[in-house]
Order: sequence, then structure tokens, then C-alpha cells
Amino acid sequence: MKTIVIGVIGADVHAVGNKIIEFVLKKEGYNVVNIGVLSSQEDFINAAIETNADLILVSSLYGQGEIDCRGMRDKCVEAGIPNIPMFVGGNVVVGKQNFDEVRERFTKMGFNKVYAPGTPIERTLPDIKEVLGE
Amino acid sequence: MARYLMVDFGSTFTKLVAVDTEVGDIIGTASHFTTVATDITIGYEKALERLHQKIGDVRFDKIIGCSSAAGGLKMAAIGLVEELTLEAAKRVCLGAGAKVDLAFSHHLTNGDIQKIIDNKIDIILLCGGTDGGNSECVLYNQMMLAKHQIKIPIIYAGNKSCHDEIIPIIKEYGLNEFICENVMPRLNVLNIDSARDKIREVFLKNIIVAKGIKKIESQIDKVILPTPESVLRAARLLADGYVHEQGLGEIVLVDIGGATTDMYSICSNSAKRSDVIIKGLEEPYAKRTVEGDLGMRYSALGVLKSLTAEEIKTINLDEGVDLEKELVFRSENVDNVPENEHQVHIDRIMGRICTSKAMSRHVGKMEEMYTPMGMLYNQYGKDLSKIDYVIGTGGVLVHNQDPVKILNALEYNVKYPLELRPVKPKYLIDKDYILASMGLLAEIDPSLALKIMKKHIIPAN
Repeated sequence: MKTIVIGVIGADVHAVGNKIIEFVLKKEGYNVVNIGVLSSQEDFINAAIETNADLILVSSLYGQGEIDCRGMRDKCVEAGIPNIPMFVGGNVVVGKQNFDEVRERFTKMGFNKVYAPGTPIERTLPDIKEVLGE
Repeated sequence: MARYLMVDFGSTFTKLVAVDTEVGDIIGTASHFTTVATDITIGYEKALERLHQKIGDVRFDKIIGCSSAAGGLKMAAIGLVEELTLEAAKRVCLGAGAKVDLAFSHHLTNGDIQKIIDNKIDIILLCGGTDGGNSECVLYNQMMLAKHQIKIPIIYAGNKSCHDEIIPIIKEYGLNEFICENVMPRLNVLNIDSARDKIREVFLKNIIVAKGIKKIESQIDKVILPTPESVLRAARLLADGYVHEQGLGEIVLVDIGGATTDMYSICSNSAKRSDVIIKGLEEPYAKRTVEGDLGMRYSALGVLKSLTAEEIKTINLDEGVDLEKELVFRSENVDNVPENEHQVHIDRIMGRICTSKAMSRHVGKMEEMYTPMGMLYNQYGKDLSKIDYVIGTGGVLVHNQDPVKILNALEYNVKYPLELRPVKPKYLIDKDYILASMGLLAEIDPSLALKIMKKHIIPAN
């Protein structure tokens, strides 16, 4: 069974979407390790190491995701999981910005997939399956 | 009716407590220096002689013991991530009454193995990975221990998925290794019982034989627990109650010794306020921490090291003492017993430092988070702010005229705004040193042990 670490990054307490993501991924047969809201980059990375996770899925809804996600890939490299796939989604930046530019910034930060506001988790499933080699 | 004798083989003293079930109380206590270096039975027989002088030639139906003699139980904890499986491993060791002398995360090096050998570790607890999680690291560490022909008992409590690979390694290298349940089967879930029971089993089967404690079983029925675990059981019984006999509710227990300061808390880890989010590894209901660098004599220099230069200066000015000189003196004269008011004063200052520092390391802490919804807090560890009782034990507290002046150093204080310390608890004192013995008695007659504790553990002021 493939393991996915999910959680809400930074000083963000939006718990509802996090529960929906857990529900859908569990139904799809994944081992979901949910570290919950108010989670730091280190919480995601430590959980991924200890559970031998195949994917990290970062959520952020309060607009400060860009600050919270900076340097996360570097920390993965430092922690010995340099190639772990990382996806990010939600309202990841402040205000309404051109999403292509947003995607580019997050891709440069080392995220494999970046999802626009309002993307339902079901729409990401093909990407998840692809990156997990299913 | 029956008479029981409980024996606590401590590092310094062998303490005897005799109980009569008909009287429903303690009928006598006695103690003598522990003589484990020569022959443990000598000290025991001397103490027994003293007891018989006090209470006459009574015969006992059962004699059981606990031991922290000959250095107690020294363990090495090995895990993967420091905050996760290593922390879980450490908590299991402490909960089993051991000292964690060494702790290693990630891959073991040759140097680490050498440290395990040099430190004369009694038992190694090998963990790493959740069940089905990372297996590479724990298998690597297993092979390191195997290749170096480590003969120390090893308890494997890591990723369950590795069992089939671990068993052939144990056989091939002839390791003295036992397999039990994972200490962290799922992320942030703590599973203490299986590994703790195995530690006790190995302690009773191997360690007390190696340390020459087993010999005493020609005189008494059985040594059944490491002393700190016995104390933990007594504290738990005192907090929870038994059948119709009510307990005290949530408690904290402080034991300030010559070499270590032990802190116990018996309380649940539910959030006690609405603006916090609980983070980190699950906390055990009955939690024990041991500070090997905080103690009144052997660790007096550790106490000094735990203070900043500014703290030392403040104490010197406020109390009119030369703390450094006094602490060095005590570390060099470990059998020093305070004889005058000045020495009592110094011991009180030391006791306060030990209590406060040990509480800082034991208690849960909050981390401030500025969010669009205002200030929120992450809570790591246990919230002890609603604790009802704090119980003190150990020489400096029992012999001091005013133990509350030492114990209240652990209370909530504006100096530590983010530590969830007890707020205005009531203070009790274990005047007759009975906690370890009552943990033993609880194995035979829990309701009597509880009654005796409620009678003999008295208000501190």
C-alpha cells in the first residue's frame, strides 16, 4: 500500500478540506498519514521519513503558503529524501494572481504539481496515480 | 491476616517496610547501607536485624523487593527521527524505570557502537520506522550491532515489517535479542506496554544476575521490579484509586536524589484550554523523566552547569552565597549532611534549582502562532496546569523543615510563560519513604497499599 503524508502548512487552521482529502485518499486505498493543521515543514518531512512515504501533499488556504513552503525541497534533500514527490494546493498566494506565474514559482521551489484554488481532490487523483507509478 | 516485607535495594540504602494486613498499616521500617559491591545480603540482613529489634521476631508471609542498586538500569535508545521513534524509545525506557544513558537517531556509526560498549549499557532498545514505514535504517542499525558482536541484550521494537529479516540475523550472529511490538506503530502513536514488559523481563532474568542482585533471592522471595517502575506504579495507584477507595486525582511526583532528579506526572494529555492545538508524539498517561545531571551530591556539578552565568550571579546576590564554591564542595563530599542553618539554606537553593529545571524539561510547552484568526498556540507535551497535588520525596525534601519552599519552584511563574506548569497545587510529602515499597505491595494488595499511602503521605506544611 502506498503512503501519502497530508497536512495544512504554516499558521493555517483550515481543517475541513484536510478531512475531505483524507477521506477521499483513504477511499482510494492509500495509507494516509494526516499530520493535521498548523504543521511545519519539519513535521511533513519527519512524518515522511518515519513512514517511508511515497508522496507529500501540502495544503494551504490562508494565502501565506508561498512563505510557508519556501526551502522545503532543500530540507528534504538535507533529510535524505531528495526525490520524494511533493504536491501543493489551495489558496497558496495572497490575492488574485495569474496562476501560471504562481505555478512557475512553486515549481521552482521544487513542487512537482501545483493546483489552482478550488481544485477538488478527485481531479488530482490521476496525477497521484501517475507519480506513484500506478 | 498476613505480614509482608517490602525491600527497596537503593543505590545508597537498602530500605525495609513491614506491613500487617490485620492492622492495615505499616508496623515497622528500617534501613542500612546497600552492600552490592561486596555481597548484597549483608546489608539486607543488617537492616532486617534492626527491624526485628524494633518490632520483635515477626515472620513474614511474603518478602518482595525492587532494585536500583549497582547503577540502576542503564539503557541505550536507538530510533530513526529524533522527535519521533527516538523520542518514543526514550519514553519507553524511562517508563520501564531505566536511565537513558545514550540515545542515537538515524544510522549508527562505529563510534556510536564504541560508546555503547564503553558506557557499559545494560539493555539496548532498537527502534525505527512505523509499521510498514521505513525499514532501511533499522535494518542497517541491526546489522551494525550484529557485525560488532554486541552481546548486550537487545530489544527490537521497530517496524514490524522487518521481523522476517531480523530473525535470521539474530540466529546467524547469535545475538541476545528479543522481538516485541513497535513503540510507534503509527505516526505519533505511542505503544509502551509491550516493550516495557520485555525490558522488565530482561532486567529480572539477566541484569540483576549480572549485577549480583539475584543472590538476594536466597533470602527473599523475589525481586520483581526496577525501583523507579515501582514508584511509578505507586503514583498511578495513588492518583487513580482502587475499586471503592478513591485516589487523589491528577498528581505530579518529584524525587530529588543525590545523583538524579526524577519527575513523574499522572494525568491525561487532553487539551485543557480552547486556544491550543496538541502537536507531537502522544504523551503517556503515567510519564516519568529522569535528569541525570541534576542531583544534590553526585550531580552537584551538573546543577552548576545547568545554570547560566547570569542565573548564578542573580542567586549569589539574592541569597548572599557563593554558589559555585558550595556546589563544588558538595560534589567532592557526597556524604555531606547539612549541619547548620547555612548548609540547609544551600541545600534548599539546590533543591529549588533541581525542581525547577526538572519541571522545565518534563512539562509541556506552548509555541505561539500568529494566524489571521489571532494568536494560537501549539502545545507540545503535557499540560500540568490543572494538577491537584504535588508529592515530594527524597532526602532534601523529607529532612527539610519547609519542603514547600523547595517544591514550589516547579509552579507556574511569569519567568516561564510558555511552560504549562502546575498552578497553585497542594503539596504532600512522602515522609517515611514508602512510595517504592507501596508500589511493590500494590502487586499483592492494592487496596491496602492505597490506604497506607493516603495515611502516610501527608501535607507538606
